[in-house]
Amino acid sequence: MTPMHRANLSPADIPLEKPPLEPTKAPGRRKVKDAKISVRGLNFFYDGKQALFDNTLDIAGGEVTAFIGPSGCGKSTHIRCYNRMYDLYKGQRAEGELLMDGVNIIGAGVSSLDLRHRVGMIFQKPTPFPMTVFDNVAYGLRLRGRMPKSELEGRVEEALKGAALWDEVKDSLHHQGTNLSGGQQQRLCIARAVAVEPEVILMDEPCSALDPIATGKIEELIDGFRGRFTIIIVTHNMQQAARVSDYTAFFYMGKLVEFGDTETLFTMPRNQQTEDYITGRFG
Amino acid sequence: MPTAHTVKRFDDELNGLKSQVLALGGLVEKAIANSMKALLTRDMELARLTINRDRAINALEVQCDELTRRILVLRQPAAGDLRFIISAIKVVTDLERMGDLAAHICKNAIKLEEMPIRPKAGLLGMSELVQQQVSRALDAMARGDIDLAMEVLAKDAAIDELYHGTYREILTYMLESPSQISPYIMLSNVAKNLERIGDHATNICEMVIYMIRGHDIRHVDHEAAAALLRGEE
Repeated sequence: MTPMHRANLSPADIPLEKPPLEPTKAPGRRKVKDAKISVRGLNFFYDGKQALFDNTLDIAGGEVTAFIGPSGCGKSTHIRCYNRMYDLYKGQRAEGELLMDGVNIIGAGVSSLDLRHRVGMIFQKPTPFPMTVFDNVAYGLRLRGRMPKSELEGRVEEALKGAALWDEVKDSLHHQGTNLSGGQQQRLCIARAVAVEPEVILMDEPCSALDPIATGKIEELIDGFRGRFTIIIVTHNMQQAARVSDYTAFFYMGKLVEFGDTETLFTMPRNQQTEDYITGRFG
Repeated sequence: MPTAHTVKRFDDELNGLKSQVLALGGLVEKAIANSMKALLTRDMELARLTINRDRAINALEVQCDELTRRILVLRQPAAGDLRFIISAIKVVTDLERMGDLAAHICKNAIKLEEMPIRPKAGLLGMSELVQQQVSRALDAMARGDIDLAMEVLAKDAAIDELYHGTYREILTYMLESPSQISPYIMLSNVAKNLERIGDHATNICEMVIYMIRGHDIRHVDHEAAAALLRGEE
């Protein structure tokens, strides 16, 4: 038999195995499917001065959502509503609905203490307590009640491993946490937050005080937390938002300008203000 | 691009890249026109000059790539800027290839100098249409005009048809005078070169669509692409 490639075939005889290609559309909006938190018409006031205006969006469960926008745009104010940080200050109040698993967490009758067990927070500057590495991580666990020493030690070790800090501190667990480097301190804070197994972790500029290597380690952690925690990160670093998040929200002057999956928002934003901000054209 | 970047030098770099790409386009347009003129008027000096000037096209391609690399490394462009940079990378390659094809036409023109045959009517029609396509593709790139880009894409079928007609015409001449087969093959090469230049012009237009709308319509049926763009309006 004549081999296929020697056969006297005209191109028309060769069957097309695949149908013709379809256009690759500009990435479409991916909708949030399983919302862990649904924000509806959120307004926020500092002593009567309104800082957030009618913010409405969904935070995807088990995924990473980034908040970006210029300084003073309201992204930190917004994120501070998720654990009712504003409760600590007089004259600050939030209106609207912030539904976590269907319950309005900014409504009356929700204890902010319980809420903060479910919602952990990491700040811009590392905030280790002035105590040993071990006690830093055990602090939240002890607040929740007594547990056998062996279990406590196991949970602390697990949390430190989860924050990729264990190998660096396992021989100095009883040294002061404040003696660690900046990047290690930030990972210690993350270990402290994850030790109590929260559902949501808020990160307000977690890397802005860190060098690129330490930043990389935090980003690696965030990546590994996918599926385990719902993460919301505020960042000034747009490349970081693009790298670590699944969804991105762009805020400007207290308003949510654009929200969408990160890839679309960074390649084909809908709103001119978003385009101007992420391309560095903000006036 | 409506407003300026906060970092003015980024604007300068993007504008610089855009004008370099268009300058490259201008050189290529000129090279194609000159190559056909050299062939038709048997102007050997022009043919040699055009072959020589291809080096300027090559050099400009390299310069554009350097500038693109610099912008990518220093500015991490996003959104519209990113789509422009990606388009520039691809368009520059197409333009450089078009320059090579113009040089090929000149080489054929030089070989044909001593031969008694004349370019055929079909070839003249092709040359005119191809040059028009190239210049419209570059206009579409310069203005970000997707309607014009789609028109150029639609017109490519006409070039292919002209090419097949020209090819058959040349084949007839070969059968009539087998002793002239060699020069007719050269003419047929020129027709093929023109047809390829037309294809590169359509590649540029596909990148214009990507640059403006973000859709990748390469290797896609023209009607499907047109329907996608219409659907958005």
